[in-house]
Amino acid sequence: MHELAICQSILAQVVAIAETHGGRVKRINLSIGPLAGVEPHLLRAAFPLVAAGTACAGARLAIDTPPVRVQCNLCGVASQVRPNRLLCRVCGAWRVTVLEGEKMRIDSVDLVEMENV
Amino acid sequence: MCNVCGCATAGDVHVAGAMLNTGSGRQVEVLQAMLHDNDRQAAHNRAHFAAAGVLVVNLMSSPGAGKTSLLEATIRALHGRVRIAVIEGDLETENDARRIRSTGAQAVQITTGSACHLDAGMVHGALHRLDLQEVDILFIENVGNLVCPASFDLGQHKNVVLLSVTEGDDKPEKYPVMFRAADLLAITKTDLLDAVGDFETRRALRHFRQLANPARMLRISARNGAGMDEWVGWLLGEREACRRAMASLAGD
Repeated sequence: MHELAICQSILAQVVAIAETHGGRVKRINLSIGPLAGVEPHLLRAAFPLVAAGTACAGARLAIDTPPVRVQCNLCGVASQVRPNRLLCRVCGAWRVTVLEGEKMRIDSVDLVEMENV
Repeated sequence: MCNVCGCATAGDVHVAGAMLNTGSGRQVEVLQAMLHDNDRQAAHNRAHFAAAGVLVVNLMSSPGAGKTSLLEATIRALHGRVRIAVIEGDLETENDARRIRSTGAQAVQITTGSACHLDAGMVHGALHRLDLQEVDILFIENVGNLVCPASFDLGQHKNVVLLSVTEGDDKPEKYPVMFRAADLLAITKTDLLDAVGDFETRRALRHFRQLANPARMLRISARNGAGMDEWVGWLLGEREACRRAMASLAGD
């Protein structure tokens, strides 16, 4: 359950942002690819536990989960694939470059004024 | 500032960014890794390793895949040629560090309690308990777990993932994130291949390649020594490549 450690890391960054910009955190926008090794539903379950009593208490995690996409190094075609089968959908080659699916990123934070909470 | 060694660390957490008014509130653009603090600590560890000229290899696998046995055999094989130290990660006990120390190598045990992985901060604490000037290759034996350790950069140069023949040859298909992280796939306990019967290294390699990982696969038995020459050869090659890279950086 490394999602708890990841929640703590997200929390530290977002609390710093809220302190700098003022206000409370309404929503945290994340991108998590299937190859990042992080389960969005576990993150959602763990986040309220670490956020309690902080500027992030009650904040929602909005998680974008882009699919895995690879580009074939041999035929050049880009295709959407399963996380455990990163093969070119056209020629079947395993020599591919992962275009999307590894991200584990905080994209942005939505803040509201204290009185709007 | 690093609070253990006092050395400088990279810049602070990014707190500014493009701001967008969204009616009732504001949106602050961040575009920063979720594990930003760990990544920063890992970069700091890497600077320590570069300053000391040490190659750092992170060993990951299921519990019981033979990481400690491989390390014992490696230390014996390189005795007198390469100075090895080990950072051991386990939930409890000093058992593995004790096994390594009995070979004469330096070893530091990290006990994580219930944490399922090592992070860069834990490794930083441990590296300050080692004399890195007396080390050529530092191994980090991660907590036995095919899931969580893959997500945390420790500052290592190379990841070696072990897959023992008793585990089944479809592990790369089941745990793609871990096996994608491998710079070398070590099939271990090959002396048990006949007893296991249905493990095919060819099939393990096929599952591994389906993760688009071009890394080498080695077949190793720490018990009977098969494959140890190739393994030691790979380590010495990486050690040399690391030393050349550090020398060229120092010369810049």
